[in-house]
Amino acid sequence: MTIANAAPRAERGVTASGYLVCLGGIVWRESLRFLHQRGRFLSALVRPLVWLFIFAAGFRATLGVSIIPPYETYVLYEVYIAPGLIAMIQLFNGLQSSLSMVYDREVGAMRILLVSPYPRWYLLVSKLIAGIAVSLLQVYAFLLVAYFWDVQPDDPIGYLTVLPALLLTGFMLGAMGLAMSSVFKQLENFASVMNFVIFPMFFASSALYPLWRVQQASIPLYMICQYNPFTSAVELIRFALYRQVEWTSLAVVAGCSVVFLAAAIFAYDPSTGLTSRRGGPDAAK
Amino acid sequence: MTIEQQTRAAGSHSEPALSVTGVTHAFGSRKALDDVTLEAPGGAFTALVGQNGAGKTTLFSLITRLYDNRSGSIRVLGYDVRRNPAAALSQLGVVFQSRTLDLELTVLQNLLYHAALHGIGRREAKERAYAALRRVNLDARAKDRVRALSGGQMRRVEIARALLHQPSLLLLDEPTTGLDIGSRRTLIEEVRRLIEEDGIGVLWATHLVDEIEVADRVVVLHKGRVMASGAVDELKARAGTDDVGAAFLAVVGESDAEAAVLSRRALA
Repeated sequence: MTIANAAPRAERGVTASGYLVCLGGIVWRESLRFLHQRGRFLSALVRPLVWLFIFAAGFRATLGVSIIPPYETYVLYEVYIAPGLIAMIQLFNGLQSSLSMVYDREVGAMRILLVSPYPRWYLLVSKLIAGIAVSLLQVYAFLLVAYFWDVQPDDPIGYLTVLPALLLTGFMLGAMGLAMSSVFKQLENFASVMNFVIFPMFFASSALYPLWRVQQASIPLYMICQYNPFTSAVELIRFALYRQVEWTSLAVVAGCSVVFLAAAIFAYDPSTGLTSRRGGPDAAK
Repeated sequence: MTIEQQTRAAGSHSEPALSVTGVTHAFGSRKALDDVTLEAPGGAFTALVGQNGAGKTTLFSLITRLYDNRSGSIRVLGYDVRRNPAAALSQLGVVFQSRTLDLELTVLQNLLYHAALHGIGRREAKERAYAALRRVNLDARAKDRVRALSGGQMRRVEIARALLHQPSLLLLDEPTTGLDIGSRRTLIEEVRRLIEEDGIGVLWATHLVDEIEVADRVVVLHKGRVMASGAVDELKARAGTDDVGAAFLAVVGESDAEAAVLSRRALA
């Protein structure tokens, strides 16, 4: 009878190497799923390219961007919006991977994840890291296409210096998605997430236009844009592409990451959590 | 590790696979579970019978720690799921009511992912995955995408997956939903075989009374309360009928509190 050796089996749940195995498994699965869903990869790539090829080309003439840091010369509008599009890729990815777990048929996947004996916070962080890995694939594929469109940083080193910024912004946006996925029951499908989260965050930011232009148009809007953490994500990426650190943005992104992650961990903790307040067993299905 | 924990770990083989004591759980003002006490011993097939909305899924959510139980205690092989969740969860294999396999991935990839979630390294995971798939007669399909499998085969893969980390308790939440009669029979036979070979404890939630027939023990859950629990024959004897369905209805019919208490005492 195998139950007799149950005690040593219980120990296995918490070994140090087991933690790494667990993280590795989560990242592996996420990447596999991403590679299998060619449609998702394609749309993740096509979406920013539409903005780059069509929107930016069309607006190039109407929207002049004067010399603002980190740019030292006049830059094409395409170059200006590239960091915003990169952040948009990560925003979509972060929300998609977190929300799909809750609203699509994938709920089961979340339940399977949460019956792992590892601590909840560790599982959520692993899930976040997996999401970041996938978003990096998307971002660098975009940067590659943009390179051939002559949208590139002033120095190739920029491709490397942007990496830590991408890790951090990916973390913040992924943690935001996780926190939202546990709290909002109303966001039933991705279309409403687009309407209520992605579009407002994206448009009320420095992604498409420098904030001084917004300031000329409307002071309240300018304030909103300034306090939008997405603006900080965009600026962190923009400066990192030009081998610089924008400290304010770094602080905001790091701070928001911590807050969103704490909210997600709180919400997914069964004892404090909000999962149990969601109105019955059907909410979990 | 405290002395108490050591004692429990050393003596854990004498603990029932699952013991739930005095658990009440409410969603708002609606009590989904009301003072539920039940046990699923190792080496036995325990059927948790109840109509839709009886509280079966809520109970499973509490055991798997999707929600916390605010009152009472839930122990898996003696490990309290609140105080020692890691030990409790590592003794627990679950087959959820909804399908939880990645359709796009292969059977083997699904199992390897689950093994990783339990900290089992790649090489060992592969061996265990094939061993588990052999037990449900699906080792030939290891490299196939899950999407290509039938509903019954997917269920069996989920059982194989739940067994990968060699749990002491297997929870199945209405596993035969949507399966044809042949697949249902295969599934039940395989689970029975697991019980005999491994001494694993099984808690099988169902609303189909004919599935009680194959069980060793039965727990009747009705509107969040345990109406009866004990051996299947006892249930039939008490209802004075040889038909399980009639016995079930007889028990559920006595839904006033006094009868419920009496029936529980009679079987204690």
